Amino acid sequence: MAKISYREALNQALREEMRRDSSIIVIGEEVAYYEGAYKVTQGLLAEFGDKRVKDTPISEEVIVGAAIGAAMGGIRPVAELMTINFALLAMDQIVNNAAKIHFMFAGQSFVPMVIRAAQGSGKQLGAQHSQQLEAYFMHCPGIRVVAPSTPMDAKGLLKTAIRDDNPVMFLEGQGLYSLEGEVPPGDYTIPLGKANIVREGSDITFISYLAMVPECLEAAKELSDRGIEAEVIDLRTLNPLDKATVFESVKKTGLALVANEAWKTGSAGAEIAALIMENCFDYLDAPVIRISATDTPMPYNRQLERAALPHKEDIINAVNNLLKVAIPQ
Amino acid sequence: MQEIVDKHDAKNLYKQMYLMRRFEETASEMYIRGKITGFTHLYIGQEAIAAGVMSALFDKDYVVSSYREHGHALAKGVSPKSVMAELFGKETGCCKGLGGSMHLFDEDKRFMGGYAIVGGGIPIATGIGLSIAYKKENVICACLFGDGAINQGAFHESLNLAKLWDLPVLFICENNLYAMGTEVSRASAVTKFYKRAEAYDIPSECANGMDVLEVKKAAAHAAGYVRKGRGPYFLELRTYRYKAHSMADPDRYRTIAEEELWKERDPIVIFARHLTDTGVFEPYELRKIQEKVEDEIQEAVDFANKSPNSGIELLKEYVYAE
Ligand SMILES: Cc1ncc(C[n+]2csc(CCOP(=O)(O)OP(=O)(O)O)c2C)c(N)n1
Ligand SMILES: [Mg+2]
Repeated sequence: MAKISYREALNQALREEMRRDSSIIVIGEEVAYYEGAYKVTQGLLAEFGDKRVKDTPISEEVIVGAAIGAAMGGIRPVAELMTINFALLAMDQIVNNAAKIHFMFAGQSFVPMVIRAAQGSGKQLGAQHSQQLEAYFMHCPGIRVVAPSTPMDAKGLLKTAIRDDNPVMFLEGQGLYSLEGEVPPGDYTIPLGKANIVREGSDITFISYLAMVPECLEAAKELSDRGIEAEVIDLRTLNPLDKATVFESVKKTGLALVANEAWKTGSAGAEIAALIMENCFDYLDAPVIRISATDTPMPYNRQLERAALPHKEDIINAVNNLLKVAIPQ
Repeated sequence: MQEIVDKHDAKNLYKQMYLMRRFEETASEMYIRGKITGFTHLYIGQEAIAAGVMSALFDKDYVVSSYREHGHALAKGVSPKSVMAELFGKETGCCKGLGGSMHLFDEDKRFMGGYAIVGGGIPIATGIGLSIAYKKENVICACLFGDGAINQGAFHESLNLAKLWDLPVLFICENNLYAMGTEVSRASAVTKFYKRAEAYDIPSECANGMDVLEVKKAAAHAAGYVRKGRGPYFLELRTYRYKAHSMADPDRYRTIAEEELWKERDPIVIFARHLTDTGVFEPYELRKIQEKVEDEIQEAVDFANKSPNSGIELLKEYVYAE
């Protein structure tokens, strides 16, 4: 298998899908000539031309709205929002239109559209550019939410998202673009709603996605040195959510920790913790632990930002505290 | 260039522009040295606009800005020390290190904030205009934004409302011909932006943003109109940013010829030449202004360096108003 970056994996997915299906177009700010703010659309303009790879003005509402209309009209747009923070300007189109059309019109129309957006914090970009908004979308029925953490998943899931007939919010880890990983040769897809057990373990289950997956893995490695074996689940998609894999693992380990980079209150982690509580209550040896960002807008200052965001140390500390309680010596 | 009427005024304009330029050259050095991080957008090349506009405003007038706002803040009177300290993420910064480069604010100076969502400040300025009208204050609100912002719905909604309610807002579009890597002609169906104001029956003017005297004249006229309670005004100022979009941008979308052409129009160089050619200042007098600015910048850097880091308690302190 070839080793490529997360960025390159996304680029390959777009390229291969565009070659496969001439109804796919890519639109967004700086996607064509600039080749993407994060260079994900590199080379697409050169290969597919400006009829299929289109720069837009800074007009998020119409980028998404036009993608919805184009999808209803029979083409398959992949819209890029430079970062997830700008999705807030398109929220009406996403929530009131994209998510509703198939249902409201009793299946007579559908919205096969992907919205790609970078998401992540930790680069001192300040309060308006450091937000994790997956819970906003996860909360809303009618849109799929994808959040890959590896190059292999990024490529396979983007292909699936493009082929899916639903609107998909495709969240890319802003800090993951240069991450390298192995990717199978040729065309492959990864189904939505299939979590990945990235590390097996019997003592505790870590559940996460996007940038918190590497943090969970590192924490698991350190804990393993002390004889604690964590099972790490990468959810990969938040809607649909692979509840079965989560429940099965939690039933096996009896302990669960959910980690997300977003604010704690009303987060995806909160939803998953509640689901575990509802479905695995009898198997739990302790309350589900939630690792997340502090409930505050992101400060610019480096130390403050670090303190506001969750890290592997927080995971390790939480596990230490939990084990003191759960396994009295 | 026009004739200089007031030596004091000329000195102030020159000083402001030179301060902005040197402040940002220093900031970019500090960025490279790792003292400043995050997104840092330099204003270099556009200084005549901030200097000219702010000199046409009163201290009590409000200003709403974008993320490319170091120059706007300095020209509105925010101290270089508190801006530099903010960029360093220090507790003595104008926002205690919570805001950073894109989010400067100074209540005393009525600098009502830098906003990093393109177009996001325009409705806010409109609302400040509403509060002024409501309280019948004799001030106005100036709102600065880029050419990229005017294709946001927020721009159009704001212009319409401001005119409908005759709010005292001076809308100023700094047209530096590019939004990141996109030239205006690839993003806007109508590139004479002042014409868009006409659609809302808002009087407008387009002026040369590289000529500080022309900017000041246009801004003074516009501000005077708004101050009389006649409703909003729209100014388009043509300019050019000399540096990349941000410190992270490789800046590969503009031709060298174009950049060179605009560098010949350097607002600071041209104004200095004008001042000495017309005998308003001797070269040594300009040098004295420059030296004072250099001292001020050095002080700002020392101040930022020595200031304490923002304390961890700030994380929770300002989430809600008490
Ligand atoms: C709503 C929104 N979309 C996209 C961005 C990313 N972005 C930041 S600045 C910028 C270009 C803005 O250009 P312009 O308004 O002309 O201002 P300039 O940078 O030239 O000063 C873009 C696309 C953003 N900050 N906010
Ligand atoms: Mg611009």
